[in-house]
Amino acid sequence: MQIKNGEAFDTSDIEVLSYPDFYGRVVELLAPETHHCLSYFAAPHAGSLRLYAFIAIDENAFIEALAADVATSDTLQAITAERPEMHVFERDIHEVFGIEFAGHPWLKPLRFPHNRLAGGSVYDYPFFNIESEEFHRVGVGPIHAGIIEPGHFRFICEGEKIHHLEIQLGWQHRGWENLMLSKKKMLQRAILAENIAGDTTVANATAFALAYEALAAADPNPTLTFERTLALEQERIAVHTGDLSAICTDIAYQLGNAVFGRLRTPMINFFQKWCGSRFAKSLIRPGYTNFHFTDALADDWQKTADAFEPHFREMADKMFDLPSVLSRIERTGVVSTETAVRIGLVGMAAKASGLARDVRATHPYLDYASLDLKPVVKNSGDVYARARVRYEEVLQSLANIRSLIAQKHEITETPKGDYLKLRPGKTVVSLVEGWRGVLCHVAQTSQEGQISTYKVVDPSVHNWMGLAMAVRGNGISDFPICNKSFDLSYCGHDL
Amino acid sequence: MLDSLKILFHQGKQYIPDVTTTDVPGIFRGRPVISDAQVDETALVDLCPTGAISANPLSIDLGRCAFCAECMFACPQKISFTKDYHISANDRGALVVRAGDNRPIVVDPDKVRAEVKRLFGRSLKLREVSAGGDGSCEMELNATGNVNFDIGRFGISFVASPRHADGIVLTGPISENMADPFLDAYNAVPDPKILILAGTDAISGGIFDGSPALNRSVLDGLNVDLYVPGNPVHPLTFINGVLDMLQRKNR
Repeated sequence: MQIKNGEAFDTSDIEVLSYPDFYGRVVELLAPETHHCLSYFAAPHAGSLRLYAFIAIDENAFIEALAADVATSDTLQAITAERPEMHVFERDIHEVFGIEFAGHPWLKPLRFPHNRLAGGSVYDYPFFNIESEEFHRVGVGPIHAGIIEPGHFRFICEGEKIHHLEIQLGWQHRGWENLMLSKKKMLQRAILAENIAGDTTVANATAFALAYEALAAADPNPTLTFERTLALEQERIAVHTGDLSAICTDIAYQLGNAVFGRLRTPMINFFQKWCGSRFAKSLIRPGYTNFHFTDALADDWQKTADAFEPHFREMADKMFDLPSVLSRIERTGVVSTETAVRIGLVGMAAKASGLARDVRATHPYLDYASLDLKPVVKNSGDVYARARVRYEEVLQSLANIRSLIAQKHEITETPKGDYLKLRPGKTVVSLVEGWRGVLCHVAQTSQEGQISTYKVVDPSVHNWMGLAMAVRGNGISDFPICNKSFDLSYCGHDL
Repeated sequence: MLDSLKILFHQGKQYIPDVTTTDVPGIFRGRPVISDAQVDETALVDLCPTGAISANPLSIDLGRCAFCAECMFACPQKISFTKDYHISANDRGALVVRAGDNRPIVVDPDKVRAEVKRLFGRSLKLREVSAGGDGSCEMELNATGNVNFDIGRFGISFVASPRHADGIVLTGPISENMADPFLDAYNAVPDPKILILAGTDAISGGIFDGSPALNRSVLDGLNVDLYVPGNPVHPLTFINGVLDMLQRKNR
């Protein structure tokens, strides 16, 4: 059945297919380049398992929803063999429920969750290896040299050249999905949502709020809609600017590092002025907010942006014109459009590889339909393209916020969110484009009106394989710059 | 070259001259103040998403607090958050703010080990370990070294190897999968060493407390030198906490 982003529907309306039919439909649906899998998971159902797949149909703003009933003892034909972008989802289902996927080329643990059926520990990961005197292996992590989250990278190198990279995640697993069901208060769940990934607070909290409000059939409040759109664009400006600083760090370009770093400060401090947190924690809540975007804040934002923009442009113009910078980022870490389609890249990394995947434009929500947003697309798929997309998106987001503020209307007050009552037997797919790419929150309610399923797919789930592909054939010394150009989330993946 | 100098010149002065007294912009939530007003304390206890609030007398444990401020909005006559970012302490109990108690939170100089000041007072190198952290505390710790906060001016910095470090800064609620790597890093730091828990998640597990995917027992038996509350920690809270721990008079 075809559904819309953010609109709740009766779970029983999803057609339940036999697995062979489900398999055939998914393979067929994923054939065009404008279709990609948003989420595919298994949920316990009547003593057995029900598979749910949600596939984005970008050209007409629909999401295709499919289901199939299977038993945990089943061996299923792997969709991954035909559509490699499905590899993470089948690994996830296999790891938690034990279902075998025949023909899956890489049925390895995904995130070592506490409720895994597969057993084993995070130390038992079966790394790919090539026995040859020509190759050596380099292991990095889980703890990295900088102040970042943990993950393990295993390189197979031929001299300095990376032949293969395997990324082992799961170190950050906090049992998030389990907590989302066991903690019953809406406030607890909102705080869990904003702690999925600290750099994507607004986007995750918004995806949760939109899902929750849809399940409760709450009328959209124009003020909250406006404020959330604005906050999403502000989060993009802040993180992209910080990432440009970090990219400069990794090529030892001190000026860019310092200037972009200091330019990020007023942008995250703006969130502190708005809601008391530099990362916008506590700003977004289902049905209400404690922090409205006042006229005084609008004036402050204008001043902040007016001071920011010329310095940002000046620094970026210099950076993208400097031969010593360009020689490090051009043709480094390339992901071709063909590869991007095959592995299902999303968001900023997809846009840098020629794929216009941006749900703000393709599955609009909040005030995005009125912004008429054109995704920034580059075709070279290299570090340069990923940096350049950031630069142009910062300017685009500044323009978006200016246009939003120009349309600003009177604040419509809301009561606290206690009035929201979840309706029973519903499903909602809530898509929000974070700065990194699409976040997909799928929530389902039981017959008692309790949340029975809550699945989150961070864009990093799709894009970590993109990093592994990007570094092939590159010098291992270029790994940090490739990694930073994707800037993927560990905790958002591991949950 | 001239372009670069021009860009540099355009930035003006960005560093904060005195990080111990500077004002933070906006409505930052630091140390709460709880009045003696008579209110329904049970409602506030029930409201708190992380179990940070206790009744009789009403108190807030900053080691558990998510700083969401819902209690302040529900009961402004009872609870308000000040902009005081000096909220680090070396005694876990000092993070509990009680009704009627409007004293600053301090690092107790009598509880700082003598070797901490003697060995690390003028140079402190730290290794950061994230164990389930969501990245926000990690970004704020990175920010301590940027051109605004510039913790390097005090001879304090983060290093890549625990062998080069004088201590560990831990962030995150301690995922089971990171428990052993954290201990490995901690054990690799030469003695005497310090341990700093940065952020509500690290101090108590925060909103993740009680998850079966955590293993907080690895902290058992380890001496914690500094607790830095925050969700995430503010760079100024971290810098001031460490300076106080080192009993830096000259700053």
